[in-house]
Amino acid sequence: MAMDEINKAGVTIPPELQGQIAITTLDKIYNWSRSNSLWPMMFGLACCAIEMIITAASRYDFSRFGMEVMRPSPRQADIMIVSGTVTKKMVPQIVRLYNQMSEPRYVLAMGACASGGGPFKEGYNVVSGIDKFIPVDIYIPGCPPTPQALLHGLIIMQKKIERQKLSDADWYKKDVDNEIPVPILGPDLIDPRKYALIKEQTHKPAFQVVEEVQNGDE
Amino acid sequence: MAMSEQVSVSQIPAFHEIYADQVKLDDREGYEGFIIPAEFLVQFAQAIKSKWGYDFLSSVTAVDYFPDMMEVVYHAYRSLGGPALVFKVQVSREDSVVPSLVSVFPGAELQEREAWDLMGIRFENHPDLRRILMWEGFAGHPLRKDWKEPYFEEENKPFSSRWPEGVAVRSETLNPYGSNVQYPKDFDPETWTPEADESLYLGLKSFKENDGLDTEKIIINLGPQHPSTHGVFRMAALLDGETIVDLKPVCGYLHRNHEKIGERNTYLQNMPFTDRLDYISSMSNNFGYALAVEKLLGIKPPERADYIRVIMAELTRIASHFMTTGFLLNDLGAFFTPALYALKERELILDVFEAASGSRMMCNYFRFGGVFQDLPEGLLEVIRDLAFNRLPKKIDEMDALLTENEIVRSRCIGIGVLTAEEAIALSASGPVLRGSGVPYDIRKADPYSIYDRFDFDVAVRYHGDIFDRYLVRIEEIRQSIRIIQQAVTQIKDGPIFDGKSQYSFKVPPGEAYGRVEGPKGELGFYLVSNGQANPWRYHVRAPSFINLTSLRQMSLGEKVADVVAVLGSIDIVLGEVDR
Amino acid sequence: MSGSGKGILKGLGITLKHFIETYTVDRKEGKNRYFTEEGILSRRTPDTKGVFTVQYPEEKAPLPEAFRYIPFLVYDVGEDGNRDIRCTSCGICAKVCPPQCIWITRRTDEETGKPMKEPSQFMIDVDICMNCGLCAEYCPFEAIRMDHDYEIANVDRMKHHIFDLEKLLKPASYYKAIRPVQVEREEAEKREKEAKKEAARAAAAAAKAKKDAENNS
Repeated sequence: MAMDEINKAGVTIPPELQGQIAITTLDKIYNWSRSNSLWPMMFGLACCAIEMIITAASRYDFSRFGMEVMRPSPRQADIMIVSGTVTKKMVPQIVRLYNQMSEPRYVLAMGACASGGGPFKEGYNVVSGIDKFIPVDIYIPGCPPTPQALLHGLIIMQKKIERQKLSDADWYKKDVDNEIPVPILGPDLIDPRKYALIKEQTHKPAFQVVEEVQNGDE
Repeated sequence: MAMSEQVSVSQIPAFHEIYADQVKLDDREGYEGFIIPAEFLVQFAQAIKSKWGYDFLSSVTAVDYFPDMMEVVYHAYRSLGGPALVFKVQVSREDSVVPSLVSVFPGAELQEREAWDLMGIRFENHPDLRRILMWEGFAGHPLRKDWKEPYFEEENKPFSSRWPEGVAVRSETLNPYGSNVQYPKDFDPETWTPEADESLYLGLKSFKENDGLDTEKIIINLGPQHPSTHGVFRMAALLDGETIVDLKPVCGYLHRNHEKIGERNTYLQNMPFTDRLDYISSMSNNFGYALAVEKLLGIKPPERADYIRVIMAELTRIASHFMTTGFLLNDLGAFFTPALYALKERELILDVFEAASGSRMMCNYFRFGGVFQDLPEGLLEVIRDLAFNRLPKKIDEMDALLTENEIVRSRCIGIGVLTAEEAIALSASGPVLRGSGVPYDIRKADPYSIYDRFDFDVAVRYHGDIFDRYLVRIEEIRQSIRIIQQAVTQIKDGPIFDGKSQYSFKVPPGEAYGRVEGPKGELGFYLVSNGQANPWRYHVRAPSFINLTSLRQMSLGEKVADVVAVLGSIDIVLGEVDR
Repeated sequence: MSGSGKGILKGLGITLKHFIETYTVDRKEGKNRYFTEEGILSRRTPDTKGVFTVQYPEEKAPLPEAFRYIPFLVYDVGEDGNRDIRCTSCGICAKVCPPQCIWITRRTDEETGKPMKEPSQFMIDVDICMNCGLCAEYCPFEAIRMDHDYEIANVDRMKHHIFDLEKLLKPASYYKAIRPVQVEREEAEKREKEAKKEAARAAAAAAKAKKDAENNS
């Protein structure tokens, strides 16, 4: 099966050599090996982490996809499965972990909470989705997604990786800095990219803020 | 057993007569217990502990009776068994100062910090009064009724914007910052300096006398991202070489505002949220919450529902203890083999939950006065098969695999010791308490539901080390299997609900505390109703959280590597620690 | 370390037994153990031994009828092929929803301006939905039900994660296919109700006829 998958360079192989050699493109062989050895980071946040562990355990066993090596260190991991509610108190650490992962790196938001805050979205300590801070590749709805739903998401992730091209890969380009500024815990969570906005809003006369919220614009 | 036949531990002394000058009976309708003046509190606590045998302070929390006053509510028990002694202290909202009870009941430490953090009650003479769930520097005390979160919509659910003219809007688009934040007026992020962890590190004390060698002590942090911490938990440890000199748990990394959301929700809407407390034993959480609300409503489920509840709660205990045992071995370094065997059994139990309730983990199965639906056809046979044929064999296999193993024994025996006196004083509950030689199990000590019908023993061991906590769990699995075997034999056909389940109802005003023996320990729900469809106060007495109070005591003098095992043996679930 | 190492050997014996079982069971049960329905089911029984893995995506674990994921809306196919939406936009699901992730716009009659018994829009934010099933449980019209489809991972939540009426609507035949027992029970209840109504009507008619006859005589 693997042979067929790689052998798609568009060159016909003479009959006597069929099954012995494969002609492929660099992109394909590179992506094929990458997508079949995705090492997740051993990193759980909440309820979804339990389902992630179950996915790694014997019934669903994601080592069938080359993902059995869960790495506790972000340096050795390819994919971060954000499995659970992202709280304001935890988000600086998550961003720091993401910054420490080496390229190419992928993020999978598992479950409603990681995608957009989930049932706890209205809470005062909950971040409305990890994509407010780090780029997310795949979202899996569900609360929690069952192990099979997670596997489905991971398979989609593999397909996404297989479509990438070396020529426009971000991580081989010069002067692309993907370092994300780490949020700070102040009177509330502070995103360093939003200093100007925060200052502008907090220094407004009080009635104006109320009016704008009612009008629903940013 | 009728009330009159119960032993004398169940009688609460009439403290309002004994201390007539200071103590008043709480005579508000639907309330119980005594009201103590703040200046008499410490004296009263000493008296109930030494004279009246109330040695176990189970729960400390506060209620904001906006705009009148703050009330701190204490629940104390006798470790011999019996119902709760409830006592309260009332203070003003503006100047909420209450003397700390840590000197009498050390188990109040983390709970008082929580009340300070979320409610803004200052506990005088508390050894380390810092925020615990939020971070130092956070603006406001979020559980106060006049504190509004950034996405505040309306006081209570259901929100009127959802129907009949509802159009989906993401809350962040309505916020001027585009995300879930708010800042005090005139706040300037550029001139402001963050409060670092200094106060945490300064709080770590060196207890060991210097033995002549000039050694430098170092502070290390385990977590919040660390494979040993079972989630997002952090320990700040002061080390002398490899030995722990002091240690403080740092939590709040999964603080999901369960209680604030719970006070906006209707009673029914809280049920699925309780699933997400201790997310590996959702049925037990449902049980505790259902009992508390049923106490307020004054209803009881029909018999079949009671049996189903007990079966589900015990299956949950088995699944949870299997998982804990497996992951304790992970923490000891036996990476994943025992855990895989344990998870396999848990999967089979989850299949039962999924068939009955529709979800593997978030069961949302209990309703006030019954359960969501009857067991589907054939499921009872599966449970019977599990209880009689599979689980007894598998627990024996687990026992044979681990108990005699020399490495397990040498890593566990004599490590992380907590004596019986310490365990009671630190308000430990569940297997931690019973592993220290205190045979306290709520199912026997203060029976709820229909547990008095079953024949089972309270698992107890006497050394208080990691190994004994492990043995208690193995034994409890066996006892749970016994209960299920009796329950599936006794269960009869019948309704699982009297009448029709309602989605919205008014609850008579008053307070109620429902508690169950969850897999982790005493899981309590403290509810205050003001007669509306939403609880005025909704507090969870989380066993994982309160058991962490004893983590420091267990770890002192141990090596760093053993702390990982000690934490594994306490069995915490972060959803419940941080709520 | 204490002891003779007997405990370790005993433990290793157990792991070895598990290891060997994966081969012996496969041998005994033959080819049907994998990629067949009965094979998957045999790995879920309380006496299962050997390999426990469900080889998703080639094999899928069977879902019990009660399984719940995201809610969906049921429509009947009318006689002329129209979609007959069961939802009357009564708003109970939006009221009971714990995280308040359901938004309903009730349709109003364009001429009279009166509210009608159907929704003009129905939205569920699946980034908030907690799959608790309360909406389906309390819906009096069998209009909103919990779906079994969990394969909905995607790459853009802003575009895809607010499900609207079009995305939520699924035919009654689909509902019957995933929840046959529940549909059966609901239909039986309906029939019973109808029969009761019919009986009441007949009784009333008989009483009336009797009264008329008495009056006439």
